[in-house]
Amino acid sequence: MKNPLDSLWGTVISGVVLTVILFFVVKALIGG
Amino acid sequence: MDYVPAISRWIHLLAGVMWIGLLYYFNFVQVAAMKAAAADNTAGGISKHVAPRALFYFRWASVVTWLAGASLLGANFGNAFLLRPSHAAIGLGAWLGTIMLLNVWGIIWPNQKRILGIVQATDEEKNKARRRAFLASRFNVMLSIPMLFLMAAGGHTAIFFGA
Repeated sequence: MKNPLDSLWGTVISGVVLTVILFFVVKALIGG
Repeated sequence: MDYVPAISRWIHLLAGVMWIGLLYYFNFVQVAAMKAAAADNTAGGISKHVAPRALFYFRWASVVTWLAGASLLGANFGNAFLLRPSHAAIGLGAWLGTIMLLNVWGIIWPNQKRILGIVQATDEEKNKARRRAFLASRFNVMLSIPMLFLMAAGGHTAIFFGA
């Protein structure tokens, strides 16, 4: 499998996916 | 005016814009520019005159950003890094920023020194350093996306998390 960080779009999409995951992590930590 | 947090916030934003701005310059502009310049033998100008200057401001802006951020957290430094519910968003953002800072000083800069000839290296070592610095830099671009989201959310949890 190609490393997503080799392309700019792959990097940006990985960052957005990570943002969604961490959004739910913080939501769970806050208890919201 | 509460001088310490106000000035810390201002410096945190100024240095953060410089740090992340230069990170985006490297990834969105310089990588592609170097490839094109190498094809017509003009890459020397970028690696001799542009990259060292950009890297200087990049790595020191990362330190100033972190220190101003730590000062801004003040007594809540522990609450943030321990991800207490009251500081979970800014705390996770602070963790991402800290990983990025360590990445700059622990991986990107030592490898860039080999690439730019500040530290002696063979061609093979330079190629390895190029790949390592590239991936570490891309990793930081990826982390910067949730980091900036969490920094923006930190002071506005009602808007971002409804809490």
